[in-house]
Amino acid sequence: MSTETVAVEVKKAEPLFSKKNKKLITNPLDIDNPITVQVLGVCSALAVTTQMLPALYMSASLLVVTAASNAIISMMRNTIPSRIRIIVQLAVVSLWVTLVSELLKAYAYDISKTLSVFVGLIITNCIVMGRLEAFAMGNKPGPSFMDGVGNGLGYGLILMIIAFFRELLGSGAIFGFKVFEAMGLHYKSNGLMLLPAGACILLGIVIWVQRSINGYRESH
Amino acid sequence: MRQSNLYIVLYAAILTVVCGGVLAWASEGLKEKQQANIALEQKKNILSAVVELKEGEDISALYAKKVKAFVVDYQGNKVQGVQPKDVVVAAEYKKPAEERLLPVYEFKSESDSSKTEYVVLPVYGFGLWDHIWGYVALQSDFSTVQGVKFQHKGETPGLGARIESDEEVQNRYKGKTFYDKNTFVSITMMKGEGNDWTGDQHKVDGLSGATLTAKGVNNMLKDYIASYENYFKKNGKK
Repeated sequence: MSTETVAVEVKKAEPLFSKKNKKLITNPLDIDNPITVQVLGVCSALAVTTQMLPALYMSASLLVVTAASNAIISMMRNTIPSRIRIIVQLAVVSLWVTLVSELLKAYAYDISKTLSVFVGLIITNCIVMGRLEAFAMGNKPGPSFMDGVGNGLGYGLILMIIAFFRELLGSGAIFGFKVFEAMGLHYKSNGLMLLPAGACILLGIVIWVQRSINGYRESH
Repeated sequence: MRQSNLYIVLYAAILTVVCGGVLAWASEGLKEKQQANIALEQKKNILSAVVELKEGEDISALYAKKVKAFVVDYQGNKVQGVQPKDVVVAAEYKKPAEERLLPVYEFKSESDSSKTEYVVLPVYGFGLWDHIWGYVALQSDFSTVQGVKFQHKGETPGLGARIESDEEVQNRYKGKTFYDKNTFVSITMMKGEGNDWTGDQHKVDGLSGATLTAKGVNNMLKDYIASYENYFKKNGKK
C-alpha cells in the first residue's frame, strides 16, 4: 500500500473534475453499477422501493454516507493500522449513518418512519464497505469522494427505477400523485408489486435489460 | 507497514472518543426537534380520528384550541399530576386492565367550548405479527364511533397493513356502536370481505386475507374500550 501512495503523491495534482474522475461518477451508473452488475445492496433495494419518495430519501442517505465515509477514510488511509482497518472503516460508516438517521428523524420524520430500520442498516450495506476497501484505502480524498458519489448515484438510479414501477403498478401513483385517477381511468392495483417478491422480479428484469444493453457478462 | 500495539490501541481509543463525541453532540442538538415531531405526530393522529385534516393545517393550534386531555384510572376517576403525554400506552397495555392509566382526549364543540363533542381514546393491542394501536373517537353518547385511526408496526403489506393504509377500512367503523342499549358488545370485524353489514351496529366488513389481523383489532377494541366503562358511566352514560 505504501509504495502506491508515494507514487500517487509525486504526480501533479489533477483537477477534481478531470476526465478520469468523471469516469468515477459515470461508471457506477452503468457498466460498474453496484446493484445490477456487482449485485450489492439488494436487500434495501427490495425493502424501501414501494414508493418513490422514501426511495429517494434512501438513495440520498446512502449517497451521503458513501461519499463522506470514502472521503474521510481516504484522508485517514495512511494512518489506519492495517490490523484494525475494517473496524475503523465500520466506525466511520456508523458515524455517518447515525448522523443521517438522526437528521431524518428531526427534519423528515414521516420518511424516517417509512424507512425505519433500513437507514440504520446502511452500515451493513456492502456497497459502502466495498467502496472503502476497494477504493478509498488506496486513493486520494478527492477521487474517493467522487467514487462515493458515483456509487451512491448508481444505487439511487436503480432504486428509483424499481420504485417507479412498483409505485405505478402497485398503487397507481408517482410520488404519491394518482396518475390513473387523474387521467380518469380506473386502475386496480397490483398487490404483488407491493410485496418484496414483486421487487425481486422487477430487479431481475432491470438487470436483464441493462446487461443486454451494455453487453456485460459474468466471467467464469 | 506494521504498527506497534500501543499505536493501534491509541488509534482505536481516539477514534472512539471522536466518533462518540460527534454523535453525542448531534443527538443533543437534534433532540428537541425530534421530540417535537413525535408530539406533533400524536396530535395529528388524535385529531384525524375526529376530523379530516387538510394539507398544511396548523395542527398544534387546532389541538390547543379543541382538545382537553387528562388521565383517568379504571374506576373512571381523574388521576391528578399525570399528563397524558407522559403515559406510555404501550407500557400500560402490559398491565392488568384494572391498573392501567387511561388517557382521555376530549374534543370540544365548535359553538360551546365547555361542551364535549367527542372523546378520543387510545387503544393498543397485538395484530398478527406485532403491536397495533390507534385512536377511537366516540360521540358524546360514548358508544357511537365518530372515527378510528389505526396504526401497526409489522402487519403484512397489502393485507393486514390495510388497517392503517386503507382509509376505507377505517371508515367502515364510522357510525357503528360499542353498546347495545346499555350493554357493552364492542364492534367486531368479520371474516370475509365484501359482505354488507349495514344492518348490524356491531359488525364491520372484514379484510380478505387478514383474518388474524382483524382478530387482533377486535381484541384490542374490546379490551381497551371496555376498560373505559367506569369513566363513561361517571360522565353520564347510563
